[in-house]
Amino acid sequence: MAEAMRQINPDVVAAFPITPSTQVIEDFATFVADGKVKTELITVESEHSAMSACIGASAAGGRVMTATSANGLALMWEMLYIAASMRQPILMTVVNRALSAPINIHCDHGDSMGARDAGWIQIYAENNQEAYDNMVMAPVIAEHRDVRLPVMVCLDGFIISHSIETMELEEDQAVRDFIGPYRGLHSLLDTDRPVTWGALDLHDYYIEHKRGQQAAIESAKSVIESVSDRFYRTFGRKYELFESYRIEDAERVMVAINSVAGEIKEVVDALRDAGEKVGLLKIRLFRPFPYAQIAAALRGAKVVTVLDRSTSMGAYGPLFGEIRTALYDAEPRPLVYNRTFGLGGRELFPDDIQELFAESRRYLQNGKVEKIFDFLNVRGD
Amino acid sequence: MPTLQEMAKKKAAFSSGHRLCAGCPVPIFTKMLTQVTDFDLVLGSATGCLEVASSIFPYSAWNVPWIHTAFENVAATMSGVEAMYRVLKKEGRTDKRLKFVAMGGDGGTYDIGIQSLSAAMERGHDLLYICYDNGAYMNTGIQRSGATPLGAATTTTPVGEVTAGKQQQRKDLTKIMVAHHMRYVAQASIHNPIDLSNKIKKGIELDGPAFLNVLCPCIPGWRIAPDMAVESARCGVETCFWPLYEVEDGKYKVNYRPKQKIPITDWLFSQGRFTHLKNPRFAGLLEGFQRQVDEEWTWLLDQEKAAT
Repeated sequence: MAEAMRQINPDVVAAFPITPSTQVIEDFATFVADGKVKTELITVESEHSAMSACIGASAAGGRVMTATSANGLALMWEMLYIAASMRQPILMTVVNRALSAPINIHCDHGDSMGARDAGWIQIYAENNQEAYDNMVMAPVIAEHRDVRLPVMVCLDGFIISHSIETMELEEDQAVRDFIGPYRGLHSLLDTDRPVTWGALDLHDYYIEHKRGQQAAIESAKSVIESVSDRFYRTFGRKYELFESYRIEDAERVMVAINSVAGEIKEVVDALRDAGEKVGLLKIRLFRPFPYAQIAAALRGAKVVTVLDRSTSMGAYGPLFGEIRTALYDAEPRPLVYNRTFGLGGRELFPDDIQELFAESRRYLQNGKVEKIFDFLNVRGD
Repeated sequence: MPTLQEMAKKKAAFSSGHRLCAGCPVPIFTKMLTQVTDFDLVLGSATGCLEVASSIFPYSAWNVPWIHTAFENVAATMSGVEAMYRVLKKEGRTDKRLKFVAMGGDGGTYDIGIQSLSAAMERGHDLLYICYDNGAYMNTGIQRSGATPLGAATTTTPVGEVTAGKQQQRKDLTKIMVAHHMRYVAQASIHNPIDLSNKIKKGIELDGPAFLNVLCPCIPGWRIAPDMAVESARCGVETCFWPLYEVEDGKYKVNYRPKQKIPITDWLFSQGRFTHLKNPRFAGLLEGFQRQVDEEWTWLLDQEKAAT
């Protein structure tokens, strides 16, 4: 991710270290120290100030980036909403990590899922290649005139962030040509045309502004499709709003986010070899959520298992809620149920995924779901 | 240094039509900002009275670029703005001479914003931070802050049967800022426009971080008449509760010495928030208050002596 940041060469980066995203900023700091980027690096005293400084720099017309994880993202919470609502195209790597308490440094998605209503575009990545590619596309999406919204590029802490993978990095110039230059609108530094940023907005205007923001994030779907298409034509790697893996004729489909998708693909291949009609739908874009496109892709599925790597305490998992909403109007409506896994870095092994598919086969045979919601791989009952 | 007459001819950063209370002295310093300097300014405000009263959409009282994002972070927000200016300069993308000013009340500065203020000053941004200290969270309806003086009645330190007013002393934020080893730290008051404008100009124009703490009476919070803000501030300075001084590169200088230091009770009893202290049972508190003012004034004079 630091390499992507170096290639993007942002005007300002403001960041505060937190495991496991620390190394992104450490590596980037060496690029600054070696003069490989033009960036002003603001080494702030907290993530709250990181996002605040990003907003200031963005309102001053800059291309701005940061990175964080878990509690750091939680500390930014107030400013996430303000960044999005001020329509600042800030770019942030979120290296997904479990939220405290208990304190834990390993992966789950509770951090970024907790920020899902903040108005940011959220793009998830299965592996390092995808995370890098998402980050190269992110500025083009964020800065598009119809969008002008911040983007979170999310990847799994440690599992991906600290793994060594073979990947293709594009040439610096090719990346810079792809993203192009950026000049923010209504810059605070344009003293000839003074603007007031962040006005008090009461009941006579607030809801109109919120509706405008909703329209902007909705428009991101088609922008992302066109940017992905240009990325494919430029760099040869194809991305859609979500990844459909062997689901065309699948009866039983698993829906998941990020690195676990790699494991599920292996299990799907093995089961396909054994003649089972199974598949995977891997989420890439979580905000805005592509309801209609996912419903269309899952047409024909009879059982849908939704894996959430986070909890919404007192409710079903956040991904489950979206998938079930997307499928409510499907005819015939598939069986849809929810499994929570991997909190705080708990492993999910291929055998576990095999078992999950065995369960979905049973549900398909019986025509009903026995347990709509459960935790996987936990001790005791 | 421009005279007040010359300043008055320049366009103010802050226009009429804002919705601050009748008699609020905050515009005294906001109007000065552009009048004291030839630099172009970019301003930021913490959430607070000044912010809400100056920017009710679709109106704005600001004639210069201005940003507000949240309560505790104007110093961090302006750090980002200033950093972006450095990028433009470095790349030759601007020939403007810009300076940056952050403004917050004592709530946004002494309390919720002290972390981001401290860090921004430590990082050395070219930024003047002006705190308008009215001694409580006035925007939310007069709740006590770290700047509220001992004994003051606020809505969270009411006068009750058991306790009456704030039980603790205020913290001395100006001294905390001196400990940041910054180029310039000063205390000023809205009743003294010459001293105030000198300090604003100095804070704006020097390269690097500067902090200015301005005594700014609040009409409803201090329970004074709308025409009494300036007089009340003057009285606070004459008692030496709020000395006018500056610390430039670590050297203290006292800018005003009252000819005849007046008792702290003159200031306290002119404000509704302290009238309960007239009860004889608070004699000890008042003695302690006076003693502390005296000691701090002596300490300050000693600092100045040590610097010369």
